[in-house]
Amino acid sequence: MSEHAVVAEGVGKVFNAGSSDQVEALKGIDLTIGAGEFVSLIGPSGCGKSTLLRLVGDLVQPSAGRLEVNGKTPHRARLDRDYAMVFQKATLLEWRTVGKNVQLPLEIMGVDKAERERRSREFLDLVQLAEFSDHYPWQLSGGMQQRVAIARGLVFDPALLLMDEPFGALDEMTRERMQMELMDIWRRTGKTVVFVTHSIPEAVFLSTRVVVMSPRPGRITDVIDIDLTQPRTFDTRESTPYYEKMTEVREALRAAGVGVE
Amino acid sequence: MEVVEGTSRRVEARDASGRSPIPPAFRSLVWFLAILGSLMLAWELYKVVGRALEGTVPLPVRPDNKSMPHVWDILGVLFTRRLPNEPILLLVLLRESLFTFREALIGFAVGTTVGFALAIAFSQSRLLERAFMPYVVASQTVPLVAIAPIIVIWGAKIGWPVWISVSIISAYLVFFPVAINTLRGLRSPDPTAMELMRSYAAGRRDTLWKVQAPAAMPFIFSALKISATASVVGALVGELPSSLNQGLGRALLSFMYTFITGPEKLFAAILVASVLSMSFVGAIATAEHYVLRNRRGSR
Repeated sequence: MSEHAVVAEGVGKVFNAGSSDQVEALKGIDLTIGAGEFVSLIGPSGCGKSTLLRLVGDLVQPSAGRLEVNGKTPHRARLDRDYAMVFQKATLLEWRTVGKNVQLPLEIMGVDKAERERRSREFLDLVQLAEFSDHYPWQLSGGMQQRVAIARGLVFDPALLLMDEPFGALDEMTRERMQMELMDIWRRTGKTVVFVTHSIPEAVFLSTRVVVMSPRPGRITDVIDIDLTQPRTFDTRESTPYYEKMTEVREALRAAGVGVE
Repeated sequence: MEVVEGTSRRVEARDASGRSPIPPAFRSLVWFLAILGSLMLAWELYKVVGRALEGTVPLPVRPDNKSMPHVWDILGVLFTRRLPNEPILLLVLLRESLFTFREALIGFAVGTTVGFALAIAFSQSRLLERAFMPYVVASQTVPLVAIAPIIVIWGAKIGWPVWISVSIISAYLVFFPVAINTLRGLRSPDPTAMELMRSYAAGRRDTLWKVQAPAAMPFIFSALKISATASVVGALVGELPSSLNQGLGRALLSFMYTFITGPEKLFAAILVASVLSMSFVGAIATAEHYVLRNRRGSR
C-alpha cells in the first residue's frame, strides 16, 4: 500500500465540454492526502467538492491532470474495493433488513454467508445498532440510518472512506453525536477519511486538515492544518484553539471570495 | 431511548396509515361483493324507474325483461339445466371458464416472460430501446380484433391446436404493460443507489438482481394486475374467431345468438367471466401483499 492515500496533480473537470452549458467544475487541483489522515473539503455549493470526491471514487472521469488513489488509478482502486462511499442520503435498500443492507457489499464481493453475518454483527455493534439488525430501514431514524450506512462502508475493510456530507440531513444534536462516533471509529480503525462538508465547526472538529475551496471554477484556495489535540472530545468544542481554527477557516473562505454566514 | 420511541411511533403510524393485518384478497372480495350488490340494486332500480317513465323520456336501454332480465332471473338461470342430462348452467360455465382460464394463464405466462425479457434488455441498452421500442408501441396500435383471426388462421395452417393461437393472442395483450412498467421500475432506483453499486465495482447482474429488480417490484405488480385482466380479455376475444367448441368466449357468442329467447343466459355468462378476471387479479394482489409486506407504506 502506498503511504499516500490520494494524490492529485493538476486535476480538472469540465462538464458538458464543448456545448453551450459547459461548466468548469474543477481546475488545477493539487492535493496529497496521506494514509490515515482525516481531510475535509469545505466550500460553498458549486465549488466542486463533491465532484472532487467522485473523481477520487472513479464515479466521474477527470478532464485533465493525474489522480492516484492508494498508489493506483482511481479505476483500479475502485475495482480493488479500496474505498467506501457514504452519501448524504443513507441510500439503504428498503426491502432489505438493516443486517442485510450491511451485508450487501460482502455479497457482491463473494464473501460466504457465515462470514457475512459475523462481520455485519461486528460492524453494527461498532455503530451501536446491534439489536436493530432485523429491522427495516424505514423503522429507523435518520441518524440511525446514516450509522447503518457507515457500518456498510466499513464492513469490507476499505482503506479509504469517502464521505459526501454524510451528516448534512441530520439535526444539530444528532449531528454532533455522529461526529463523536465517527471520530471514535476513525481513531480505532485508522482509515483515511475524505469528508465533504459545508459546516465550518464540523470540518474543524473532525479533521487533521481542512481544504478550503471556492467556486467558478472550483479550485483549492487554502489548506489549513488542524493541530488540535487528539483524541477530540466534548471539551474540544469549547476550547480556545478550536475557536481560533474556526476563525482561520472562516477567514480563508472569505479570502477566497466566499461570503460566510 | 428517544430514538427507540421514535421507531415504535413510526411503526404505529404505518399501521394506522392503512396497513391492516387482514389480507387484501379478503378485503377485495368484500369490496367486490359490495359493489356487485350495488350494481344489481341499480339495475333493478333502473327497471322500476324506467317502466314508470317509459314513453315520456327517451331511455338508453329499454327496461323490459327482454333487454334487461331481472337479477334473480340471471342468478336463477345459473342453477337450471338446459337439457335434462346436462349439469346446471353454473357448472357448464365454470367448466368453460376453466378451459378459457388455462388459455389465459398460458398467455399470461408467455406474455409476462416476453415483457420481462424486453424490459431487461432495454434497461441494459439504450440503443436496443431506441431501436425496438417503437415497434413494441406500434404492436399495440394494431386492433386486437383485426389480429386475432390472422393468428388463428396462421396457427391452423401450421397445425397448432387452436388453444395455442388463443394463448398467443392473450400473450399479445399481456406483454406490453409488463414491458413498459417493468422498464420504468428497473430505472426507478435512486441514482445514489446506482452510484453505490458502482463504488462496489458490482457487475450488471448484481446491480440488476440486488437493486433494480427489487425496486421494480411495485411497478411489476401494477403491470401484472393490468395484464391479468388483459389475458382473460385476450383469451375471450381469441376464442371468437376460432373453431373451438369450448371456452367462455364461445359460450358468450352462442348466448348472444340466443339472446332473444333467453337473455339472462348471456348476462349470467358475463357475470362468470368477470368473476374469473376478478379472482385472477385477486390472486395477484395477494401475492403482491406478501412480496411487498416489508416495504414502507406497503398497501
